[in-house]
Amino acid sequence: MSGYLLRGIRCLGGEPVDMHLENGVIAEISEPSKKLRVTGAKTVQGDGLIALPGLVDLHTHLREPGREDAETVDSGTRAAALGGYTAVHAMANTDPVADTAGVVEQVWRLGKEAGFCDVFPVGAVTVGLRGERLAELGAMADSAARVRIFSDDGKCVSDPILMRRALEYVKSFGGVIAQHAQEPRLTEGAQMNEGDVSAVLGLRGWPAVAEEAIIARDVLLAEHVGSKLHVCHVSTAGSVEILRWAKSRGIAVTAEVTPHHLLLTDEMARSYNPLYKVNPPLRTARDIDSLRLALAEGVIDAVATDHAPHSIEDKDCEWQAAAFGMLGLQNALSVVQSTMVDTKLLTWADVAARMSTTPARIGQVANHGRPLSAGEPANITLYDPSITRLVSEKELVSKSRNTPYLGMTLPGQVIATFLRGSPTVLAGELIR
Amino acid sequence: MNRHLLSAADLSVEDALRVLDTAEEMSRVADAPVRKLPTLRGRTVVNLFFEDSTRTRISFEAAAKRLSADVINFSAKGSSVSKGESLKDTALTLEAMGADAVVIRHSASGAPHRLAHAGWLHGSVINAGDGTHEHPTQALLDSFTMRRHLRNGKGDLAGVRVAIVGDVLHSRVARSNVLLLATLGASVTLVAPPTLLPVGVEKWPCSISYDLDSVITKVDVVMALRVQLERMSDAFFPSAREYSRRFGLDTVRLARLPDGAIVMHPGPMNRGLEISAEAADGLRSVIVEQVANGVSVRMAVLYLLLAGAPLTDIDYKTLGPS
Ligand SMILES: [Zn+2]
Repeated sequence: MSGYLLRGIRCLGGEPVDMHLENGVIAEISEPSKKLRVTGAKTVQGDGLIALPGLVDLHTHLREPGREDAETVDSGTRAAALGGYTAVHAMANTDPVADTAGVVEQVWRLGKEAGFCDVFPVGAVTVGLRGERLAELGAMADSAARVRIFSDDGKCVSDPILMRRALEYVKSFGGVIAQHAQEPRLTEGAQMNEGDVSAVLGLRGWPAVAEEAIIARDVLLAEHVGSKLHVCHVSTAGSVEILRWAKSRGIAVTAEVTPHHLLLTDEMARSYNPLYKVNPPLRTARDIDSLRLALAEGVIDAVATDHAPHSIEDKDCEWQAAAFGMLGLQNALSVVQSTMVDTKLLTWADVAARMSTTPARIGQVANHGRPLSAGEPANITLYDPSITRLVSEKELVSKSRNTPYLGMTLPGQVIATFLRGSPTVLAGELIR
Repeated sequence: MNRHLLSAADLSVEDALRVLDTAEEMSRVADAPVRKLPTLRGRTVVNLFFEDSTRTRISFEAAAKRLSADVINFSAKGSSVSKGESLKDTALTLEAMGADAVVIRHSASGAPHRLAHAGWLHGSVINAGDGTHEHPTQALLDSFTMRRHLRNGKGDLAGVRVAIVGDVLHSRVARSNVLLLATLGASVTLVAPPTLLPVGVEKWPCSISYDLDSVITKVDVVMALRVQLERMSDAFFPSAREYSRRFGLDTVRLARLPDGAIVMHPGPMNRGLEISAEAADGLRSVIVEQVANGVSVRMAVLYLLLAGAPLTDIDYKTLGPS
């Protein structure tokens, strides 16, 4: 067994090279003209494929423990591998909530057993996500799961004093608070973006200001106490302006955007199909333009999926009764190609930064988001951008079916994913 | 016409006039000694009411029965609809029963849309009021009533000036009326405190005013919307007294209406809040007629959706009363 020989791949979209993976690392890279030969290595014909460092997701809902009917660590990491991910951060809003060392270690162990990608648990900020008192952040940080990102995602840490304390407290172990920015009083019963479409549909509005007010407050708090803030799923043009201002002041804030907020608008709600019900809600074309530009400029640092599986019962119903959230892992890279690469806003090197290097840095995960050079860990995604494909249910390996891309034609497909030199995906199919 | 009536926006001007003209024909049935047509014999109309509304249910029931349809009343109120799955399960049950039309009232905006398009059932779906979205048959009966009073029951409503006053934000009646009245050529002004107008209302085909007194002298129709007192606790307005002082249709305002102008209300009324007893019961009020016209309009809608015949094919004499 002498690893894998990837022929003719284009690292970050550059000139074709041959790459040899062995013992979990990139053993050698050479020009194709040198006809790299490795006895016993399995060959992958990679002509035309883009090689990226394995993708890292900052925002994944794996639903285990508690809602194994919707997703498990195993099924979610399979979807991740097929989407080109080698690492995901598992959000804390499970049942029980990941608010103790015990629960985060359980999720971390399940990830190890599944083996399709590395799973880094996110710890809750407050006990039970109730927003009343801090969870044992230090214990989670010191646990085997080595938690560095803390989030009450799904809920906002809306109490300003609690948010301030959380930001301060995690400084002692270099943690970061990832905020789901949603002012609760402004969004009571909210169903979709507040604007022209909600006015017509008679669905309760989720105003942009409810996100922007929290981000504005939090960047000021982060500045005041000298802490790191990460903003989850930024969805509005106004949020982009606040982040731009905060970064220009040198505030330690990072931000993510989801693939769906880069592609879909609130017009989708006109169908009343709960597939398009998500939190924060789909916004307007104007917001999409701002978000794309912000991602291109680096005002938004990373793409994160907010992969949120839901059972059929929670989606095959009327809009108001449906759960918020949509699948993201399997089609994220295609959506980014469609919205950012094909539009010439990002190069493949930029994509590597936004979907691997930077998320790995924000999550402080070692051995992910590394350069594609000899001696580095062999966490690699091979992607064919020339394919166009119709998104259908049958390709979904998630336990849930709630993808908003169903029936859409998207570009590109992940052909292979290597985790520490072993393929989790080959020829577009899961291995094992 | 579409197979479903989910929104007043589903109706082209031709469709809307066809419904109104057919409703005029139907109202003659209502006046006839035998108040029944055999048109929908053997067809099943289900009244699926997830929300209490005796007056709307009775109106649809009477309409269906006068067309000789079999009517099933399915009151789902009290059953667990919070999970939402019961809408689907109920739909599958109705599909198995072979419902030709489902008249649905639901507290969730878009529930009729889901019923029509989720692939759960095949019959026609008629929206009898969904959440804060629409109530298209109410708008049809309102236009029908306006047309009778202001246009001799014929043609469109071009040039008719309508003020709709009150809680537009939460009103399905207002949404449907704005759309239908625009289709029929009327000019609509919504009058409300800014808190009770939705963000995005600027894009609607109507004008907006915060001042009822400046509008009331220039309208042919004033329609007061029901105001729910619990809105006060959500700070939409300070008090019932202040609301009625600024937006209530009282005797003083009634006197300032132009000659021939009519007063409407979709009901049920809060007398003394959005409308005074004098306005509700006075000579200008057509509120009682609205109720009667509801049956004719709903007969027309059921007839056109289920029998599918355009207006020119309806011949009262050849159909004959049964
Ligand atoms: Zn969130």
